[in-house]
Amino acid sequence: MSMDILSLFIIVPVITVLALIFAKELKQSRIVAMLGSIVQFGMAINLVFAYFNERAINSDIMVFTKDVIWYKHFNIHYSIGVDGISVALLLLTSIVVLAGVFISWKMNDLPKEFFISLIVLSIGVYGFFISLDLFTMFLFFEIAVIPMYLLIGIWGTGPKEQSAMKLTLMLMGASAILLVGILGIYFNSNSDGGVLTFNILEIAQVDIPLEAQKLFFPITFIGFAVIGALFPFHTWSPDGHASAPTAVSMLHAGVLMKLGGYGVFRVAMYLLPEGTLHWSWFFIVLSVIGVIYGAFAALKQTDLKYINAYSSVSHLGLVLFALLMLNKTAWNGAILQSLSHGFMTALFFALIGMIYERTHTRDVTKLGGLLKVIPFISVVYVIAGLASLGLPGLSGFVAEMNIFVGAFQQEDILYRVVTIISVSAIVVTAVYILRVVGVMLMGPVKNEAFLNLSKVTWYEKTGILLLLIPIVGMGVAPLWLSNMILDSLEPFIQGLL
Amino acid sequence: MDFSSFLLMRHEISLLAIILLLIIAEIFIQPHKKGSVVHLAIFLFGIHTVVGFLSIDEDSLFGGMFQTNGLIHFFKNVLNLGVLVILLQSADWLQEKIVQINRGTEFFILMFSSLLGMYFMISSGDFLMFYLGLELSTLPVAALAAYETTKRKSSESGIKLILSAALASGISLFGISMLYATTGSIYFSEITAVIGVSNLSILGMVLFFAGLGFKISLVPFHFWTADVYEGAPISIASYLSVISKGAAVFILVILLFTCFRSIMHLWENMVYIIAIATMFIGNLFALRQQNMKRFLAFSSIAQAGFILLGIIEGGPLGIATVVYFVLIYVFSNLAAFGVVQAISLQAGKENIKDYEGLYRTNPKLSLVMMLALFSLAGIPPVAGFFGKFFLFTAAASKGYYLLVFLAVVNVTISLYYYLLVIRAMFLRRSATAIPFFKNKLYMRLGLIITVVGILGLGLYSPLYDYIFELSTNFR
Repeated sequence: MSMDILSLFIIVPVITVLALIFAKELKQSRIVAMLGSIVQFGMAINLVFAYFNERAINSDIMVFTKDVIWYKHFNIHYSIGVDGISVALLLLTSIVVLAGVFISWKMNDLPKEFFISLIVLSIGVYGFFISLDLFTMFLFFEIAVIPMYLLIGIWGTGPKEQSAMKLTLMLMGASAILLVGILGIYFNSNSDGGVLTFNILEIAQVDIPLEAQKLFFPITFIGFAVIGALFPFHTWSPDGHASAPTAVSMLHAGVLMKLGGYGVFRVAMYLLPEGTLHWSWFFIVLSVIGVIYGAFAALKQTDLKYINAYSSVSHLGLVLFALLMLNKTAWNGAILQSLSHGFMTALFFALIGMIYERTHTRDVTKLGGLLKVIPFISVVYVIAGLASLGLPGLSGFVAEMNIFVGAFQQEDILYRVVTIISVSAIVVTAVYILRVVGVMLMGPVKNEAFLNLSKVTWYEKTGILLLLIPIVGMGVAPLWLSNMILDSLEPFIQGLL
Repeated sequence: MDFSSFLLMRHEISLLAIILLLIIAEIFIQPHKKGSVVHLAIFLFGIHTVVGFLSIDEDSLFGGMFQTNGLIHFFKNVLNLGVLVILLQSADWLQEKIVQINRGTEFFILMFSSLLGMYFMISSGDFLMFYLGLELSTLPVAALAAYETTKRKSSESGIKLILSAALASGISLFGISMLYATTGSIYFSEITAVIGVSNLSILGMVLFFAGLGFKISLVPFHFWTADVYEGAPISIASYLSVISKGAAVFILVILLFTCFRSIMHLWENMVYIIAIATMFIGNLFALRQQNMKRFLAFSSIAQAGFILLGIIEGGPLGIATVVYFVLIYVFSNLAAFGVVQAISLQAGKENIKDYEGLYRTNPKLSLVMMLALFSLAGIPPVAGFFGKFFLFTAAASKGYYLLVFLAVVNVTISLYYYLLVIRAMFLRRSATAIPFFKNKLYMRLGLIITVVGILGLGLYSPLYDYIFELSTNFR
């Protein structure tokens, strides 16, 4: 292969970070960050097309693979490659990062450090999605998590120190547990007489002993699922989101929480299929509790960010739920839901940030009639809300439709019951979304100070449109994306079903 | 045996030559230029470090009392690098405080003597040489800990160290005598062949372990650590926490894996329990510390607990991961101590609370500190991550998943207190933040070396392969 288009996803952000170190003040920093993110965005678009071209001639599980030995004694490789799922998530990441840079256009306090942390976080995410080696995957996972501490702690609002500490400790604690799971998988990867390996594709060919699968599946699952906001390990998420600055909430809910579902699918379930079958009932119950609990919790909140954070718990619970339904359609829905939620929730947080910047409150009860004063933001908020409650024509519908159609194909009584329960969460979602829309956007303008709120600026519009277009696009033309994902589900189907 | 075989002791001879040169220099240096001894000592030790990297044969001397091989040689170089960094970091402190009271030369002579003791300790082929080395390495450090004679805490720390050290070496010696009683030999190679499971030999092994456990500050032999670190000059605290500890870990690994190999099933359990106790006690006590030196003391106790996870593996993988981790630990801990030293010298402040707002006034120092703490906490991509991951891999390779699980719980606990320092430096703002200052050349050099180590050691994989190769070749 002439050029390694995947490694560029690491190299370009690293170069961006190096350039940022020499940047001065806000103006240079944001330009550098923007240029770097635009290049990433272009690369992601290019990757999608390249992927389709490559897929037409190449039927391997992973394409654009590259493998360099790193620590030879442990058989650790720098091994990368993508399938349809990772390509889709890379695209999501690049869009959210770019939008995040635009939304942070006026970051006055320590701008250079802010953008460096943001880009370092994105390095972790990109690296995670392209890794085929458990060691490097784990390494990038931690690189993605740790900048959150500084991002929330320095630039956050409210009880930021406490939220940052809670978030970091819970996520790093989860990753520490994950380490045990990874080591367990590693030391069982020679069960059929081969050599120990961290390579996901090679481990997938090995029959790991049943006892080991039963032991390490829950450890690995929880290790990943904490960042995917699995109930009852979701408590870091509402506090973290509420305290984080806008762009960080966007990146965190939009991208970082997706690492959970992806890791669960790619590592825990794919490598430990019998463990999955053995434990799935337990985690299905937890994820359904998460779906319902998140929805009802969102109903009760008045802080916009908390509403959205609990709504994320609910939506991402649905991702885990769909993955555990062990069904092609549901899996497709789970990935689509990850993408849809990524765009949607990033958009929500961007809008909440803009509203907060203008009105200086996030309390729904203090807001009212915003549609009259800031129509652009309000209209987009309504669209995002409709996507969130699953209106046909927007991304949420496609995802949830797939999930529930798939889930209902399981004939087992437990699956039927939990499916019915989790479908009911959609109704609750509609209630809390429409309630916010009604109270906050409609009606009379509650506060006279709201009458002269500043207009939406070009960089805010750019950020919003970057996120809005995919939401509509996914809703109107989901097939190309859906096909890309469905193709890549084949190895999972062979391994798990 | 001809004289050329003395070249096997090149490290020792060259260090001894430096000590003698310094004694002579003390006579000739004129009173108004007495600060030049610092430059001289650092220059000589720098040469010594560089020369140390020349390759060496594998052989033994004096009928097996003194042995050397690739791994021992490598480890001496690690110690050299660590001491060089400590010297660079403490140069300003020496110039300002110690040289003025005419005690500069002694400082170097004492420190180098202690290092010489460590060379002999890790090169020892029998318990006599081992014990000589142990004593030679401990006694000068006690004098150094009490070096700031004007401070009461410093004297207290010296007394505390010498008393506990004397007790520990006494216990160790008692254990050695029991081993002699059961095996009839003090040579490691002979003991390896004849040692069996008897009450006396087990007791001997345990007592011997306790003596070294004191130097590594394993729980329950850790009580001296925090007090001594707090009272001693920072350069001595860092010397104790990296060099002294590193050398003791190394010889412990060697002896457990050679002499006591046949009773491994016994010491495994002991190491298992002590590892858990050390990690938990070190980490839990570190949570509430306010003083940076005490904080680093408990953090270094906890790190020693992690090291035991590699030791429990009991094979080449164990040696390699432990040596690799110690190497990384030397750089990480010295970076942290270096920043503490710089700030203490310039601002006279040593509490975590005083570090509030440091990033806004001294961004570079804060970044060095952050890298060091991340490395100690084991966060990628800095070296500590790789060191810890490999240690845990070593323990997991023997099936100790529960131990690894407890260790990762501890990693999370430790992350909390490392983040407390980062919180003070980065998150907080303070009107009384330590004002901006510029470090002198030596200090800067000392910090740069550590940062290069922290950033490079993990990503550069051939280094680990080299260490692993040396460990496999170890008899």
